[in-house]
Amino acid sequence: MTDPFLILDLLLAGAVIALAVATLTVRDLFAAIVLFIVLGLLSALAWVRLSAPDVALAEAAIGTGVTGALLLKTLHHLRYVAGTLGEQTAHGVTPVTPVPMSVIWANAAFCGLITLGLAIAFLDAPLGGPGFDALVADAIPASGVDHGVTAVLLNFRSYDTLMEVVVLLAAVIAVWQIERGLSEAPSPDLSVIWQGFARLTLPAIVVVGTYLLWKGSEAPGGAFQGGAVLAAVGILLLLSRLYVPRPAHRALARWGFVLGTGVFAGVALLVTGGGRVTFEYPPEHAKTLILLIEGLVTVSIAVTLAALFHGREPVAVRAKEARHDA
Amino acid sequence: MMLDLIAASLVVFGTVFFIAGTVGLLRFPDIYCRLHALTKADGLGLALVALGMTLKAESFGEVFRIVLIWFFVALASATCGHLIAAYARQADREGKA
Repeated sequence: MTDPFLILDLLLAGAVIALAVATLTVRDLFAAIVLFIVLGLLSALAWVRLSAPDVALAEAAIGTGVTGALLLKTLHHLRYVAGTLGEQTAHGVTPVTPVPMSVIWANAAFCGLITLGLAIAFLDAPLGGPGFDALVADAIPASGVDHGVTAVLLNFRSYDTLMEVVVLLAAVIAVWQIERGLSEAPSPDLSVIWQGFARLTLPAIVVVGTYLLWKGSEAPGGAFQGGAVLAAVGILLLLSRLYVPRPAHRALARWGFVLGTGVFAGVALLVTGGGRVTFEYPPEHAKTLILLIEGLVTVSIAVTLAALFHGREPVAVRAKEARHDA
Repeated sequence: MMLDLIAASLVVFGTVFFIAGTVGLLRFPDIYCRLHALTKADGLGLALVALGMTLKAESFGEVFRIVLIWFFVALASATCGHLIAAYARQADREGKA
C-alpha cells in the first residue's frame, strides 16, 4: 500500500514546476504576477508537506502576500498615467524598451550557477543523516524558548537573522533615496462594502499578526511572519487612503525602520562580557531578551514592508519632479 | 463510522461545487458570469468542506478555527468579487464613453 499522500505530493510538485515555467514564459506582466502568487501559495502547501510549517508561513505571508502586493504596485507604477482607467490601459502591457538579450542570458547564467551550487550541495550532503535535529533538541533548554526554529533563528544563529533585518533596512533606505514625493493619485472610489470589510478584517489581522509573533516561542510563527501579516494592515490602509503618509511622519517612520536592527544589535553587544561572547544571552534572561527582540523586530518589519509598498519618501517636491514618468 | 461517512460525503459534495465553479470560470462568456460562478460556487464548496471538517475535528478549538477560516475566506471572496465587478463595470463605461 503506497502512501495516499503520494498522489497529492506528485500533483503538487508537478503544479509548482508548471506554474514556475508559466510565470517565466507568459507575455503579460499582470498574468505573470498572478501566476507568481499562485506559485507562492502552492509552494507554501509544499513546505507544509515537507513538515516545515515555519517556512510555509513565511512563504505565504512574505513570499506570496507582501511580495505579490509589491509586484502589483510596481506594475501599477510602470503603467500608471494620471487620468482615467482608459488612459492607463491604453499604455502597453510590455515595457517600452525590451530587455536586451545579454541581460536575459546573464540572469539565466546566474540562476543556472545557483541551481548548480544547490545541486552540488545536495549531492554532497549525507543522505538520510540525522541532521542538526538532535543538537538543537539538546540545546533548547538553554535557549529560553520551546520551539526549535525560533531557538535557532533568535539564539543559536541570531547573527544571520540580524543580517536579514538589516537587508530590509537597507532596502527601505534605498527606496527612500530613489523615489520621493507625496501621493498625487486620487483617492480610489471604494464602496461601503469595502469599508465594512475593512472594519471587520483589519482588527482581525492585527490579532492574527500578534498571535503569530507570540506563538513563535513555542510553535511555528515568529517575527517575520507576524511582521508580514501586520504589514498587510498597513498596505490595506495605504491602498484605501485611510492613512496618507505626510512629511511630518518621516521621523516616526525612521525610528520604526531602525528600531528592530538597533535593539537586536544593541542586545547582542550588551550581553557581551563576563565570559560571554556577543549574541550569547544569559540563560536566565534569554526568554525576556528574545521576546523583546522579536517584538521590536516585528514592529520594524511591519513598518518597513508597508513603507516599501508605499514606495517613496513622503516629501513635497515640485509636481514635475514627482512625476517620474511624465 | 456514520459521522465519517457524513463528513466524507460533505467534503466530496463541496469538491463538486469547486469543480463546477472552475468549469464556470473557464466556460462562461464574460467577466461578470465568471465572477458569479467563482464566488457563488466556491463559497458553497468551501462551506461544505469546512462543515465536513468540523465533524472530524478533535476539539472545540479546532472547530472554532475552521469556522473562523470559513468566515474570513467567505468575506474576502465576496468583497473581492464585488471590487473586481465594480472595477470592470467602471472600465466598461469609460471604454464606451
